[in-house]
Amino acid sequence: MRVTVRLFARLRDIAGASELARDLAPGATIGDVWRQLAGEFPELSQYERSISTAVNADYARMDHVIGDGDEIAFLPPVSGG
Amino acid sequence: MGPLLHIGTDALALGSVAASLGDGAGADGAIVTFLGLVRNHNLGRSVRYLEYEAYEPLALKAFGRIAAEIGERWPSTRLALHHRIGRLEIGEASIAIAARSPHRGDAYSACRYAIERVKQIAPIWKREFFDGGDVWIEGATAHPDDERARQEAERLACA
Repeated sequence: MRVTVRLFARLRDIAGASELARDLAPGATIGDVWRQLAGEFPELSQYERSISTAVNADYARMDHVIGDGDEIAFLPPVSGG
Repeated sequence: MGPLLHIGTDALALGSVAASLGDGAGADGAIVTFLGLVRNHNLGRSVRYLEYEAYEPLALKAFGRIAAEIGERWPSTRLALHHRIGRLEIGEASIAIAARSPHRGDAYSACRYAIERVKQIAPIWKREFFDGGDVWIEGATAHPDDERARQEAERLACA
């Protein structure tokens, strides 16, 4: 199955893209997507404990099982206002 | 009337944020507003300008959540919140907030609460361009359901 990954702020700079398409096995979790990305872009690993995650624009945990066509977002610590 | 909750690249105006709350059918006694500005200094750096970005659908949901929290904590108090994204120059406004209530105390508290909560839970980021480089500012990691963070915002709002 195929998902869209959204990356923001410094995560986007590290990966060099704001949006990526990735293929995953059925039953994969958000955590699986993160580990795949961190393998591709080792600099992402420093954010392992500080990122928030969302699926289809709703917060979700790393153990959330994703579905085909989902949009997975990885959000570094925020600084709005 | 414009939208209560908004994210966009246009310049912000307190008047339009306050006006989005309507007239309250005459029951309100106060509007308190807050305008956040781009400052020319931060942590000893000379700031040239900022760039903001947002995960807009989730940020708007965060704004809605903050408005709902305010409605629970300060009944009859309503919130309007506009955040600007894109490149912002020194002195320009990045966020405009208006809280409207029957009573001024609640309006003041709700306005302060809103900005503290935005800084905690809204998926929005600023990149600071300063003399000599640039850096993404990384602040809070609070999850919206983190009750301790919410209580801290409430404590600041009621100080």
